[in-house]
Amino acid sequence: MEQFFAALTMSAGYNTALVCVGAALLGAASGAIGVFVLLRKRTLVSDAISHATLPGVALAFIIAQTYFDSGRSLPVLLFGAALSAGIGVLAVDWIKTHTRLTEDAAIGTVLSTFFAVGMVLLTVIQSMSIAGQAGLEGFLLGATSGMLKSEAMTIALAAGLVGLAVVLRMKEFSLLCFDEDFAAASGYNVRWLDRTLLLLLLGVVVIGLKTVGLVLIIALAIIPPVAARFWTDRVPVLVAIAAGIGASGSFIGAAISASAPNMPTGGLIVLVLFSFFVVSLLISPVRGILAAALKHYRFQRIVHLRQGLLAIAHNEPVLEPLTRSILRKGGFMSGDGQPTFKGQSEARLIERDQKLWNLYREIYPEESHALADWSLKPIGQVLPADTVKVLEDELCPHLVVSTETPKGGAI
Amino acid sequence: MQKLKTPDLQLLHDTNAPESINAQDHPFAVQGLTVAYHHKPVLWGVSYSAPKGCLTAIIGPNGAGKSTFLKAALGLIPKLSGETKVFGAPIKKALKNIAYVPQRSAVDWDFPATAIDVVLMGLYGQIGWFRWPSRKHRETALNCLKSVGMQDFANRQIGQLSGGQQQRVFLARALAQDAEMYLMDEPFAGVDAATEKAIVMVLRKLVADGKTVLVVHHDLETVRDYYSHILLLNGQHIADGPVETTFTSENLQKAYGGRLASTQLDGLSQASGA
Repeated sequence: MEQFFAALTMSAGYNTALVCVGAALLGAASGAIGVFVLLRKRTLVSDAISHATLPGVALAFIIAQTYFDSGRSLPVLLFGAALSAGIGVLAVDWIKTHTRLTEDAAIGTVLSTFFAVGMVLLTVIQSMSIAGQAGLEGFLLGATSGMLKSEAMTIALAAGLVGLAVVLRMKEFSLLCFDEDFAAASGYNVRWLDRTLLLLLLGVVVIGLKTVGLVLIIALAIIPPVAARFWTDRVPVLVAIAAGIGASGSFIGAAISASAPNMPTGGLIVLVLFSFFVVSLLISPVRGILAAALKHYRFQRIVHLRQGLLAIAHNEPVLEPLTRSILRKGGFMSGDGQPTFKGQSEARLIERDQKLWNLYREIYPEESHALADWSLKPIGQVLPADTVKVLEDELCPHLVVSTETPKGGAI
Repeated sequence: MQKLKTPDLQLLHDTNAPESINAQDHPFAVQGLTVAYHHKPVLWGVSYSAPKGCLTAIIGPNGAGKSTFLKAALGLIPKLSGETKVFGAPIKKALKNIAYVPQRSAVDWDFPATAIDVVLMGLYGQIGWFRWPSRKHRETALNCLKSVGMQDFANRQIGQLSGGQQQRVFLARALAQDAEMYLMDEPFAGVDAATEKAIVMVLRKLVADGKTVLVVHHDLETVRDYYSHILLLNGQHIADGPVETTFTSENLQKAYGGRLASTQLDGLSQASGA
């Protein structure tokens, strides 16, 4: 535990701090690019990319180790990974455009084939009895424990570059994701924009292989934007929040991993990210499920209160238990089910309000149709004063009506 | 039985072909456009030039290739043959002169954007790469929203707008592009009467300003009221020209075949007297 806090506060040694910062930058970059992969509805492509890296890693290792005795060099392995992942993406693209298969079918085929080739090659490596093969399985599930300083630096730098590229291209990526046809008709090269997006995603996946591992790297590009989507309805804010969640989740995960070297870093990071997701799902005031439930609860009570008061105004019995209990709590109805004086007077106001609303719907059917709050709030709170005045004059032409709006209905 | 019109050589070498007259009079000229989906022809050798400064409806039965015509002419979907010229220039170099309004159903309205964000997308071409919209751009976008009566909804999330309001936002985005030629794919589909009225006003304003407007239109009843010209499609080019001379029961019969009852046809084509 002590070690964990040391890692978290970056006082567990230079190396650990560097690894954690590298992971944070990686998380930020993949969260940012993930936003557009999510909005483009192509999240599964990242799974194809990550699985397609394995044969590249294995082949690069074999070649580098046999001929140059440098099989553990991270840049060499990542170059191999990027190359085979690129081939994988092109294969998915080719199948999608040249056959009638859908993208998910193409992804499934390419993903499993490339992964199979990679596993075969890994077995071959084990039987070849060449030295230095120890670190290779780290690419499957991620391992930061033995990471070199130079490796951490490479990861941090590359992730920073990818993140910067995403921010600079944010406008064009938004356009591509929202309305591809419009983008093309405005003169943007949609194909190239799409390629750039995939290239950046590929970059994040390859950089993250060592830290998170290829099996789980997809989570780094998906969970942060999905969690962030609960909090906002604007693209720039979404990118910022997703990057923030990705960064903090990866940092915390890497810090835990530093204090418990036997645990797979990738799994830890994904679990921390998942906790962010759950919290967002529950408590976000914008799209969270608690907020939605609360909103519905309030809405229901407003409707019941209004209907109950209207029933009192029309001298009709209130039968529904929920309505009765809401009326009683508001002091509009006594224990024996009789309307109180307060209830009577409030009912009059609501009745008049309802008449104005009905009149409005009669005179302006189009406008009232577009209105969300009709007859739920006092009309003066929704419509401009001059419109209400017109309606009041229409309702009671001979009376001088007070312009005061009724207070009832609002909770 | 009518013979299929092929994208024949005569058309390509015709001295009366639109491009060889005065390019300035042809904001949008299409030559021999042929499109197929999986070996099934959708459009067959369609040649057409939109009359400059006019409001034209593209009409035809379901599956006549009306939307496909716009998309293929713009180069959004692959075509087998044909070319499009904008004021005599190849379309790829002239997209700045064109504002395209896709079908509302073509996009996911749950996208994280507000109404004004969408309108600003029409200005991205002016803003340029690596830069952000300025206060001036936001003002322009707000003015465009105002001209479709949506200024009060500028900061509303687009998913919370009604269908008609979403269509108006799309229209405002096209206005922001300030183009010479407007191509719209079913802007009246599924909108309320108030929106329909607002859109017609905007279209008339555009034409009054000398713009050329080409609209895929579904409702035959309103063709006479809204448009001055039509293009009739049914896989092939059936007819085009002013509404008075082209929107005839004979031409409609050719495009729609048995799908319109003869009484319907008579009603539509005789409405001109009213």
